[in-house]
Amino acid sequence: MSVPALEISDLRKTYRGGVEAISGISLQVREGEFFGLLGPNGAGKTTTIGVITSLVFKTSGTVRIFGIDIDRDFSAAKRLIGLVPQEMNFSIFEKVQDIVCQQAGYYGIPRRRAADRAEHYLCQLGLWEKRNVQARELSGGMKRRLMIARGLVHDPKLLILDEPTAGVDVELRRGMWEFLEDLNREGRTIILTTHYLEEAEQLCNRIGIIAGGRLISHTDKRELLKKLDRQTFILDLNGPVGEVEPFDANRFTIVDESTLEVTLSRDHSLNDLFAHLDRQGLIVASMRPKANRLEEIFVGMTQ
Amino acid sequence: MIGEQLISLASIARRETTRIFRIWVQTLVPPVVTATLYFLIFGTFIGSQLGDVHGYDYMSFIAPGLIMMSIITNSYTNAVSSFFSSKFQRNIEELLVSPTPDWVIVLGYVSGAMVRGLSVGVLVTAVGLGFSRIVPHNLFFILAFAVLTSFVFALAGLINGIFAKKFDDISIIPTFVITPLTYLGGVFYSISLLPDFWRVLSRANPIIYMIDGFRYGFLGVADIGVWTGLSMLLLIGTLLFAANLYLLSRGTGVRS
Repeated sequence: MSVPALEISDLRKTYRGGVEAISGISLQVREGEFFGLLGPNGAGKTTTIGVITSLVFKTSGTVRIFGIDIDRDFSAAKRLIGLVPQEMNFSIFEKVQDIVCQQAGYYGIPRRRAADRAEHYLCQLGLWEKRNVQARELSGGMKRRLMIARGLVHDPKLLILDEPTAGVDVELRRGMWEFLEDLNREGRTIILTTHYLEEAEQLCNRIGIIAGGRLISHTDKRELLKKLDRQTFILDLNGPVGEVEPFDANRFTIVDESTLEVTLSRDHSLNDLFAHLDRQGLIVASMRPKANRLEEIFVGMTQ
Repeated sequence: MIGEQLISLASIARRETTRIFRIWVQTLVPPVVTATLYFLIFGTFIGSQLGDVHGYDYMSFIAPGLIMMSIITNSYTNAVSSFFSSKFQRNIEELLVSPTPDWVIVLGYVSGAMVRGLSVGVLVTAVGLGFSRIVPHNLFFILAFAVLTSFVFALAGLINGIFAKKFDDISIIPTFVITPLTYLGGVFYSISLLPDFWRVLSRANPIIYMIDGFRYGFLGVADIGVWTGLSMLLLIGTLLFAANLYLLSRGTGVRS
């Protein structure tokens, strides 16, 4: 069995002033995984990433990157990690290409090779045309892509993305998903924190959920989704809704005269639901889930 | 390993140097204008009313001090403002997440500050040559004092930048410590002209050794031994370098 890409044991972080941000987290991310780290604001996700990338000193616990203990050889561990942080953290006055090349230089990559790699990733991320533009002139989405190019330029085996698509429009977000999926298919391990649970459901094959500085779930995505015992749908009907007859434990809420919200338990299929409505003369024109499946589980776990 | 660290050092130094020359109107022009005014007012207008000092006309006497003042101020200012700016924009994290060791980070920022301090020194020297008849007496002492003084004040500026939490914090030390010590450091007068008490007290001001040694390089006259000055600079430089390493290793101002 290969060495885990990331292995965290009983990690704790208490900030000066006594705030305990992480209260004994232990988790493993296997090599090649696309791992989602989810949790509400202030759960401890960014602090955990900060410890892994040396921006935050841990209070106790151990962190190993591909078997390298950060307490023993953080420099070697850092070479294996690429970070795409949540907040913009580049000089807005520097040119796009310079930012990426400099980052390669900080990893000891010679200038010529750095320039080649910068070109490769800037092209892949659609920023090559902007290479001589000062970073402040980029749009929000471009700035996020710049940070991805910068995080990849030293060719890390483990890429950590902290809310990479926050504030990015839908089209661009889907483009970034494809790019990240390609990276993962090429064998790169990816850890993703996100508020968009649809994003985690689409991309990640394993998911950890943090709340209050503790890991409350750490499992395969499919296992996690099995925990979903009910799902809520919004139904648009062809005619007005009067009263809806009860249907076992399933809950009906009339949203407006032609819209019905249904919370369907796992004991019943959609066919059962449609047959029940059909018997009452209610015709479903269209339907959509109220929230995505992971979101329903997430809300249930973190509340 | 050392090769990679040198590449990292070169990357920081290149970035810092590019920044200085990209905003040359802010970094290089103002100190030259200020120095020109000093030469004009103190050297030409007031100096012409004064007698010789150590056998040199007043303009020639103050010229090395004015050059050194520019080196001190600009080395310090560049280090503190650049490092604080990196913290403010958070691009210091680019370095912190990389394997770049602390000593490389310190030398990288210091090298940028020295480029600015010494560039301004060269420009002010060029201006000074238009006003006075200074010629190098001993090039070694000129270079040694210029380089070491720039190094020391770049390190001091970096410490200020490490501790700074807001923009006010980067101007307090230059305004209330560096500038008074520089003015009292013998730029405009020889400490041999001071009463005993003030002459002895002046020796507690490290800047006096720097200006005195640098002036020796140009004029061949000094109030204090130049080797004492060089030794002091080396000692202060070593202590400040160690202090920077200690602060970064503790994550002061940059890690939580």
